[in-house]
Amino acid sequence: MAWFGATVPGSSRASDREQRERRLGWKLTAPAFATMLLVTAYPIAKALWLSLFSYRLTDPAGREFVGLRNYAVVLSDSLWWRDVATTLLITVVTVAVELGTGMAFAMVMHRIGRGRRLVRTAILVPYGIVTVVSALSWRYAFARDTGFVNGWLGLVDFAWFSHFWSSLIAICMAEIWKTTPFMSILLLTGLVQVPAELHEAAQVDGATRWQLFWRVTLPNMKGAFMVAVLFRTLDAYRIFDSVFVMTSGAQYTETVSFLAYRQTIGRTAIGIGSAVSMLLFLSVVLIAALFVKVFGVDLSRVGAP
Amino acid sequence: MSRLLKKACFALGAAGVVGYALLPVAWILALSLKSGDDVGNQKFWPTSFTLENYRAVFASPLFTSALVNSIGISLVATTISVALSTLAAYAIARLEFPGKKAILEIALAIAMFPVVSLVGPLFDTWRSIGLYDTWLGLILPYMSFTLPLSIWVLSAFFRQIPWELEQAAQMDGATSWQAFRKVIVPIAAPGVFTAAILTFFFAWNDFVFGISLTSTDRARPVPAALAFFSGASQFQQPAVAIAAAAVVVTVPVVALVLLFQQRIVAGLTAGAVKG
Repeated sequence: MAWFGATVPGSSRASDREQRERRLGWKLTAPAFATMLLVTAYPIAKALWLSLFSYRLTDPAGREFVGLRNYAVVLSDSLWWRDVATTLLITVVTVAVELGTGMAFAMVMHRIGRGRRLVRTAILVPYGIVTVVSALSWRYAFARDTGFVNGWLGLVDFAWFSHFWSSLIAICMAEIWKTTPFMSILLLTGLVQVPAELHEAAQVDGATRWQLFWRVTLPNMKGAFMVAVLFRTLDAYRIFDSVFVMTSGAQYTETVSFLAYRQTIGRTAIGIGSAVSMLLFLSVVLIAALFVKVFGVDLSRVGAP
Repeated sequence: MSRLLKKACFALGAAGVVGYALLPVAWILALSLKSGDDVGNQKFWPTSFTLENYRAVFASPLFTSALVNSIGISLVATTISVALSTLAAYAIARLEFPGKKAILEIALAIAMFPVVSLVGPLFDTWRSIGLYDTWLGLILPYMSFTLPLSIWVLSAFFRQIPWELEQAAQMDGATSWQAFRKVIVPIAAPGVFTAAILTFFFAWNDFVFGISLTSTDRARPVPAALAFFSGASQFQQPAVAIAAAAVVVTVPVVALVLLFQQRIVAGLTAGAVKG
């Protein structure tokens, strides 16, 4: 409950005051609340509604109520499942690698003496950089006609974006580079909170460095760890920008977000596209629920993403 | 000896982190400085530097209009979003009212929202009410999606403000406005500023809304323009020009990071993860 604390100490006679406070509270939060809902609740309700119709923007007259047929069409199409598999693969690979590198970076940032400011500033650059710019940079780095990667690896003429696995590696590289800093900053917050006495006590007991890390450090920053993983998993599952810029879904690298975009905006098939959008929305909710239930992530303890 | 070794390890680690963070930035910069012959040589740095690509990019109305759109839309969205979230965060940090918890939970849910699932219906609605391809059509979604982050950052920040100071100043004879203006505002300003930087990053970074809700240079922001520019390959070698444009949109980000490193970290971790 720490999250919702900090209230003005009220006196018991102040029911009038309480009322005023209540009204002021609503007045101050109303504009932000309304704006948040305007562009989220209304469109998602509308997406739900539209997903029940056969409806293309190019043929508004042919709009027809079809019930859940769009969902049946999507869920029985292997394209949907392949995109889900690709998205899950990207999610698992990027989050796993980011956890490892993010943890290593957090430890460097935690223990470093000289040059701390430089390291902490540098690490923020990928976080702040526009995702499209990061994706373009990596695309040109890998591309046969503009890149240096082939030169460095001695691959001469390898076409990275003509194969599934190499395209996927390039996409994951771009994602990992861009988001590891965020992961490492969250992990660093957890690392700082591990009490130093615990380390000293364990060292006195003759623990090795390795044991220290696995038995003392990690268990004591479980909260930060799980929150970082949750946020990054949800974020990775929504991957769109890098795929759009690097492959446009070619070589079977299409993700769920990209499919939703391609159906609604690309093909203006609003009905079926909305069904894909709803399924995307539901899978994100499912992942979040899974984290809360299975791993017991306490969302009320979460502050910023 | 082992002390020295440890020091060397950390120096190496630090150099690794810095190198990791800056390599793709250095690469896009290097690419933007390459002239035609260097592009395909499979080397990192150009053999001769040229500013020709920057000249070409700034001479292209496609890019300059996108730059104006990006700056304008991001600044307007940031200003309004931060103003609204300041009011809300103040109420959440200082007042007791029913629905407070619900607002924070909804904000959290919205931050996890897959934005792509909204663009279909928004595209449809915006077209029918005339918001499609306008600044306002982008400002509204940017506000909705930055409000949660800013409300968290600010309410965490406001909760740490020693509000007794305000009363103390009033006891000393200051009016309540003076107490607010001279005591509270200076303490609160850094938090508001942090929220503004993070909000600006979000708006500046957006791509999904940018490509879905615009169709011309009237409102199209730079990230969207970059992607479409690269799609059109009638240019002989658009890579270097796009690289130059990419460097231009990266400059404000790097400047903000250099100037406000500590505040950004504080904002990202504000109120996060207790225990």
